[in-house]
Amino acid sequence: MELVEIKHLSKSFDNKEILKDVNISISSGKIVGLLGKNGAGKTTIIKLINDLLTPTSGEILIKGKKVGVESKKIISYLPERTYLNKQMKVSEVISYFKDFYDDFDDNKALKLLEALDLSVDQKLAKMSKGMQEKVQLVLVMSRNADLYILDEPLGGVDPATRDYILDTILSNFNEDASVIISTHLISDIERILDEVIFIDRGQVILQSDADTLRNKEKASIDEIFRRMFRC
Amino acid sequence: MEFTFDNNLPIYIQLLEYMKIYLISGVFKCGEKLPSVRDFANTFKVNPNTMQKALAELEEMKLIYTERTNGKYVTKDEELINKLKDEYAIALAKSYFQGMKRIGLGKADSIKYLEGIE
Repeated sequence: MELVEIKHLSKSFDNKEILKDVNISISSGKIVGLLGKNGAGKTTIIKLINDLLTPTSGEILIKGKKVGVESKKIISYLPERTYLNKQMKVSEVISYFKDFYDDFDDNKALKLLEALDLSVDQKLAKMSKGMQEKVQLVLVMSRNADLYILDEPLGGVDPATRDYILDTILSNFNEDASVIISTHLISDIERILDEVIFIDRGQVILQSDADTLRNKEKASIDEIFRRMFRC
Repeated sequence: MEFTFDNNLPIYIQLLEYMKIYLISGVFKCGEKLPSVRDFANTFKVNPNTMQKALAELEEMKLIYTERTNGKYVTKDEELINKLKDEYAIALAKSYFQGMKRIGLGKADSIKYLEGIE
């Protein structure tokens, strides 16, 4: 059984079709790149998988079951924008996550934060943007989830932070889980991807194994993407 | 050590190259137990699945083998490693002579230059 199965998914807002007949299937143990330009529909797909939006038609199955309360328990989601109260201290956010998620490993979070040389007594509001993004990623990756969904985790961070984020994703994902990473910054992330899904104007244009695609096209994923969607 | 990867080539093929050189140069010796897939993936900073694919390819080439439940080992067949080393050495030598030919030097002259280098 596939971990994620999206069948004939469409979504319209005010008669405008944002997603058109999207079909995606993702098995366990993969790091998958959801790649597309701004406005292609990546975040809409992610919100639908997280049951934050309702499909106009089609369905999404997580481990064979329709999305809902049960699927939320096994999906760890890093949204594009923060939802944390910035007046909270890091230690407060940790206990908040611990209360909220049964699968949250606070020891793991503390260990990862320690490696960042970060005091847990610090308020989020007092931190730089890059630091806040690292803290959020640590929280999301410290859950023992079946599926991690990271929406634009590299948006606006410096190269050193970007490397830290990629390493944290790699070293904290276990073989039974999968990670979906949405981004338009393909070259930064492509080395860690098993599979790529190209999204354009609300449609899936291609789903492939990353190395197979490089081999076939004799080019990087970034280059292949640019060729397909010249702008 | 920092490993760099060219995004234009399949990552597993580049890993395969790194691994072959490790075997040829004796970083991992004949019959030696190899680190786990995950340890390798952490070292190279690559996806464990990609690492697994590279190791599977090495196994296909009989350069490493899996001992049931016990992990992966370098082949005990020294001949095989020497053969691989030979292939690499010949390729390097060929490319040296080709480069020298491009600047108008024949084989004999090229060898003289080699002897002059410490």
